[in-house]
Amino acid sequence: MSLHRWLPSPMLSAALLAMWLMLNQSVAPAQILLGTLLAIAAPLMTKPLRPMTPVPFRKPLVMARLLTLSLIEIIRSCFNVSRIILFAKPQGLNSQFIKVPLDLKHSHGLALLSCLINSTPGTVWVEILPDTHDLVLHVFDLHDAQWWVDTIKTRYEKPLIEIFDNV
Amino acid sequence: MSPDFDNLPLWVSLPVTLLLVLGSLVVLIGAIGLVRLPHFFQRIHGPAITVTLGAGCILIASMLFFTALQSRLVIHELLITAFILLTAPVVAMLLMRTAVYRDLRARQRDGKTESNEVYPFSPDE
Amino acid sequence: MTALLSLAINFTLVCILLAMLLCVVRLLLGPTAQDRVLALDTLWMCAMLLALALGLRFGNLIYFEAAMLIALTGFVSTVALTKFLMRGEVIE
Repeated sequence: MSLHRWLPSPMLSAALLAMWLMLNQSVAPAQILLGTLLAIAAPLMTKPLRPMTPVPFRKPLVMARLLTLSLIEIIRSCFNVSRIILFAKPQGLNSQFIKVPLDLKHSHGLALLSCLINSTPGTVWVEILPDTHDLVLHVFDLHDAQWWVDTIKTRYEKPLIEIFDNV
Repeated sequence: MSPDFDNLPLWVSLPVTLLLVLGSLVVLIGAIGLVRLPHFFQRIHGPAITVTLGAGCILIASMLFFTALQSRLVIHELLITAFILLTAPVVAMLLMRTAVYRDLRARQRDGKTESNEVYPFSPDE
Repeated sequence: MTALLSLAINFTLVCILLAMLLCVVRLLLGPTAQDRVLALDTLWMCAMLLALALGLRFGNLIYFEAAMLIALTGFVSTVALTKFLMRGEVIE
């Protein structure tokens, strides 16, 4: 009857409870009870679907800094892409696939990295080449491939390695 | 039919107006990009701004508007925001991989490629 | 200010409808199948935003549920279509 047995992933349970309360737009005791039931039952029933052990939530400061920087980057590149769509000649665009060598190994870290890169307009993640562990990206308007490699490695990958990889 | 806009204070209606105009312009620019750009790999970047900045601005505007209109905290638009943040990258990646593999299969069928090189990398690599 | 706000909401509706029209153009033109799927996905997204904007226009929270459902079904249908394009079948 340990706490861990009934709440295998507390963050997921908290998120489910918050989702239920938001969906019903109330904090009445009955809704909190129903939401708590959902928050306990759903992670237990879907446990076999999540084979990887849940990651302990470490280094919230590094995570918050990473997310803030990515949000600024997303808004900045939104305006860049809008400018290019409206004013640039489409034939003059240099859209290219580039390769970025990755050191990050943890699957959750890679999933978060792909979310951040795909959310940024102007870059789309294609795949990780299985033999060399290189990430293939498609860049909307490429000026300097080395700049992209450096940016992704320092701004995104280093905090993710700090959060997920060094155990 | 139309709601009672007169109760809204200025500090709500001004940001809501600005966010709505910005968001709708971004949505329109994304769709223009979808039509105007010449190649699929460029067109996939057009809707990305619709999904991030356009949807974000309109969702924030909706939250502000209803919070002021109903004089209580209305934040359930955060659910849609979280859902879009989780799913839009997945959709973009799936579409990109589909396009890459279909291109590869088409080139192999036509016998135009000798190697198994999937991506047209720049020649200086 | 009130007039400006309702003008902005109407402007939003017009912009989103124009964007949907452009998506339909790409859906009908789109040389390859993946172009059409991309256009359809953008159309879903615009429909969701249209539901939200209609909610603002009528000051009614019920449109939120519509937007939520459109977002959910749009994601599932796009994923199914891309799976179909990649492998030729949806469920392997």
